Amino acid sequence: MMTDSTMPAQAPAAAPSETQAQLFPFVLQLADTSLILAHRLSEWCGHGPILEQDLAMANIALDFLGEARSYYQYAAELEGKGRTEDDLAYLRSAVEYRNPLLVEQPNGDFAVTIVRQFIYDCFHYHLLLQLKSGPDAQLAAIAEKSVKEAAYHIKWSSEWVIRLGDGTEESRRRVEKAIGNLWRYSGELTTPSATEQALQAAGLVPDYAAIQQQMAAHIARVFEEATLAVPEGVFMQKGGKDGRHTEHLGYLLAELQYMQRTYPGLEW
Amino acid sequence: MTQKEWPLWEVFIRSKQGLDHKHVGSLHAADAEMAIQNARDVYTRRLEGVSIWVVESTNVHASNPDDAAAFYEPANDKIYRHPTFYQVPDSIKHM
Repeated sequence: MMTDSTMPAQAPAAAPSETQAQLFPFVLQLADTSLILAHRLSEWCGHGPILEQDLAMANIALDFLGEARSYYQYAAELEGKGRTEDDLAYLRSAVEYRNPLLVEQPNGDFAVTIVRQFIYDCFHYHLLLQLKSGPDAQLAAIAEKSVKEAAYHIKWSSEWVIRLGDGTEESRRRVEKAIGNLWRYSGELTTPSATEQALQAAGLVPDYAAIQQQMAAHIARVFEEATLAVPEGVFMQKGGKDGRHTEHLGYLLAELQYMQRTYPGLEW
Repeated sequence: MTQKEWPLWEVFIRSKQGLDHKHVGSLHAADAEMAIQNARDVYTRRLEGVSIWVVESTNVHASNPDDAAAFYEPANDKIYRHPTFYQVPDSIKHM
C-alpha cells in the first residue's frame, strides 16, 4: 500500500463526530473482509485455469484491495489514534481481524473459489446498495464507487455458477461439493454481531433482514438456472466478526504480513 | 475426463462513441456471454473501450493469400478511384 490517497471523496478536515467514531469497528470489519478476499483471489494469479480467468480473478482481487484501502484509511481516521492503513492491515493478529469466516476459506479448486465468491458477491452487492444511500457520507462515497465493481463481480460469479452447475458431470460434482462445504459460512454475513446490532439500533448500519432476502432471491434465481439445489437446514458457523476464526486465517496473515513483521517499517 | 478446448472468439472493441469497432485480438470462452466478460477483463482494463463485439472465429471467412495478385493488384493503376482531389477540413477526424 502506498501513501497516495484513493479515497473517493475528500476526507473531512474536522475530527470525526462521536456518532461517526462509533462506526470504527464496522468500517474495520468491511476493510478486513475486502482485504482477506482480495488476498485469497490474488493467490490465483499465475495459476488460473485459463489466461482469461487468471486475469479476471486478478482484476477482482484488485477491486477488493482498492476497496479495502478506502475502508482502512477511513477506519484509521475514525479511530484517531495515529494508526495508518498499513498499521491496521499489517500489524494486527488473527484474533483482531473481524472478517466473516467465509472469505478466509482456502481457494480449493475453481468451483470452491467461484462458490465462495458468489456467496460473498450476493451479500456485498446488496450491502453496498444500502450503504450508498446510508447516513454516513464517507461510507456512502466508498460504496458508490465500489458498487459498480460489485455489480460486475456478481455478474461474473453468477454466470460461472450457472455454467458449472449446468455444465459437465465433473463441473457439477465439484460445484455441488463446494456448495456443501461453504454453505455453513453463508449465514454469518447477515447475522449481526453485537457490535453491528448496536450500530443498527442507532441507524448507522443497514438492516440485514432486507439484505438477506435480496441475497436469497438472487441465489434462488441463479441456482435454478444452474439446476442446483439451495441447501436447507444447514447449521451456520459464525465467529469471524468477533475474532474467532478458522485455522486458515493465521496462515493467510503469516504470508500477507511477512514483510512488515520481518522488516518493521519497511517501505519501497 | 474429456479434454475439450473452448472455442476461439475474435474480439472487436469500439474505443469511443461514433468510431467503428476494431479488431483487438482473440480469446477462448465457453459461450458468447463469457466471451464478452473475458474480453472485458482482457482488453478493456485500461479504458480502451465503450462497446465490445465478439464473433466466434469459425464464423470468420477469410480471403486466400494466394489470390492477392488477382484480388488487389488490378486496382494499382486506377488512381481515378481515389477521392484524393478533395481537401478534407481539419475538423473532420478519423477519415
